[in-house]
Amino acid sequence: MEVVLYTVVSLSVLGAVLGIVLFVIAQKFKVVEDPRIDEVEAVLPGANCGGCGLPGCRGFAEACVKADDLGALFCPAGGNACMAQVAQALGQVAVEKDPMIAVLRCSGSFDKRPKTNHYNSAPSCAVASMLYSGDTGCPNGCLGMGDCVDVCTFDAIYIDNTTGLPVISDVNCTACGACVKACPKNIIELRLKGKKDRRIFVSCVNTEKGGIAKKSCSVACIGCGLCAKACAYDAIKIENNLAYIDFEKCKLCRKCVEVCPTNAIHELNFPARKPKVSDDATIAEKTKENE
Amino acid sequence: MLKTFPTGGVHPAENKLSAGKTIVKMDPPKTVVVPVSQHIGAPAQAVVAKGDKVMVGQLIAKSGGFVSANIHAPVSGTVVKVDKMPDSTGYKQMCVVIDTAGDEWLPDIDRSADLITEISVPDGEIAAKIAAAGIVGMGGAGFPTHVKMTVPPGKKASHLVINAVECEPYLTSDHQLMMEKANEIIIGCLIMQRAIAATQTIIGIENNKPDAIKHLTETAAKYSSSIVVQGLKVKYPQGGEKQLIKAVVKREVPSGGLPIDVGCVVQNVGTAYAVYEAIQKNKPVIERVVSVTGKSLQNPVNLLARIGTPISELIEAAGGLPENTAKIVNGGPMMGKAVADVSVPVTKTTSGVLIISELEALRPEQFNCIRCARCVGVCPMSLEPYLLKNLVNISEWEALQPERVLDCIECGSCSYTCVAGIPLLDYIRLGKANLNKILRSRKS
Repeated sequence: MEVVLYTVVSLSVLGAVLGIVLFVIAQKFKVVEDPRIDEVEAVLPGANCGGCGLPGCRGFAEACVKADDLGALFCPAGGNACMAQVAQALGQVAVEKDPMIAVLRCSGSFDKRPKTNHYNSAPSCAVASMLYSGDTGCPNGCLGMGDCVDVCTFDAIYIDNTTGLPVISDVNCTACGACVKACPKNIIELRLKGKKDRRIFVSCVNTEKGGIAKKSCSVACIGCGLCAKACAYDAIKIENNLAYIDFEKCKLCRKCVEVCPTNAIHELNFPARKPKVSDDATIAEKTKENE
Repeated sequence: MLKTFPTGGVHPAENKLSAGKTIVKMDPPKTVVVPVSQHIGAPAQAVVAKGDKVMVGQLIAKSGGFVSANIHAPVSGTVVKVDKMPDSTGYKQMCVVIDTAGDEWLPDIDRSADLITEISVPDGEIAAKIAAAGIVGMGGAGFPTHVKMTVPPGKKASHLVINAVECEPYLTSDHQLMMEKANEIIIGCLIMQRAIAATQTIIGIENNKPDAIKHLTETAAKYSSSIVVQGLKVKYPQGGEKQLIKAVVKREVPSGGLPIDVGCVVQNVGTAYAVYEAIQKNKPVIERVVSVTGKSLQNPVNLLARIGTPISELIEAAGGLPENTAKIVNGGPMMGKAVADVSVPVTKTTSGVLIISELEALRPEQFNCIRCARCVGVCPMSLEPYLLKNLVNISEWEALQPERVLDCIECGSCSYTCVAGIPLLDYIRLGKANLNKILRSRKS
């Protein structure tokens, strides 16, 4: 009986002493963390996509709490709604940003861009582009092996097997920029999502001279400059035989789309055009109205 | 006694189809496309412009730094273009395009077939003369020869090792050169031996060329006792610098080091011949021996082609392109690269053109790694290719450095041996490229 008693007493005393030691140490080496970090992290999407440029959502939350001004910080995955919540939790004002979206600047599908050779090695765009220029005549075009698909955390890209090109979902894409970094040919670009998701962009990155570009791909930008002439807002620049539309200056008038001889300029989510009425017909109509 | 290197290596089927075929001299083509970068290091700067008349052997692009090489006109005629043209990878590169007219050589080039045994150039000027002639490693790597010939201060070269191994299957250009130009090669060796003040020259030849071993041994005996021919066991990649040094002088080049760190300078046998021509005949590198070979080819040959000749003309000379061709490889089957277009030119480093038929080109389907570690076993540099590939897959570029990815000699033994059909080398090349990019950006 005594043995049992001694055991219980000695173990209890030992436990109590060690407990006190642990408590004292825990108090002494306590890591003080701002409770607001947890609050901010709770409203973030939690995708850890890295689109903000910081290591994960926790890193972003820490940066938000530390920052005096939220202007330089933006969570592309959560968007303005998420940033408003972050600002509310921190008692600051969120800066509204126009939503962006990833855009594929290549439309060289199988029928438009014939294959000149056959690639047969590691199924990765990065490996292929290091080995050679690609399996078509265009050295700048999409290789279609889906490095962008692999890195997308939002399930916003897939490769269309009929065209061999990636398709980016308007709904799922958060413009985190992972695909932009993954693409070895720099084909994917982050552009303004635009009013009502309407966008106009040059869907080509081929810097070859017009004739050579056209030979390798029927929808290549040939750098003819018609679009730049047609643009009333000085939004289009031609550099290295390639047109580029500045999305900040573009007013979505669609004049460039009409004049492009190779259909390299794409318009997205616009309503269908009215059938063209010839000038004579409009004059006749107007004279009728006047009468 | 036959020697070899101890670690790793494979033994692919040799298929030396063009062995014993006499070197056929090709006529200068109608047009040549000469890239200004045919070597490792800075690209050369073009010194001719459109419309200029050039003669054979005239300088058309000047070396762009110490690690760089001069480029000379391989034909006489008119420069029609100095512009970017697609090379064998399809990416564009600066090239000089010359339309051939006649075959006029610079007058100071000795075109006679006489053998000049007397070495009249002083030892100190040999490296400079080699640099002027634009000689680069003719084995395939294309490292400028004058850089190797300039022994850095504080180092001493005891051995000159001549790489006559030709371990790549199919290729026979070096073999045939040894059979036809043994005297010239030995004199080239003597010149290089004097330039680096080495005491001994060892010519390493694999045992599958017994005639070359015999012929060179006999020829070398005529000139100097300091030149030794060493027979080697047949094993790929014995032609790698570090493997060859290990095989013939039993020294190990430290990781990240150069052969000169262990007192050796390695030169290809083709380079030895080019050195002879540059020093004794005043002839720069304007042509080279190319094996045009392949099982489906009608008539595999060894051709002496001018630099800049389109590969398509070489294939014509070997009986035309077979219909069932799937791949045309610039170089040998192990280290060569498939070309994107047949119009790409022969460069100083084109040792062979290999035609691969559809059946031979079939690659096994890729599976997941089964961790059999065969790639580890065959790696001649004692690397772990499967591990490097895994690190590349997760983009851990910096973690590749302690795994010594930069020591990889890109011999392709790992890809060759992989039972899961994984192109390990292609992943490793990507890792090397990205790690090098990071290291370079850190330096600047």
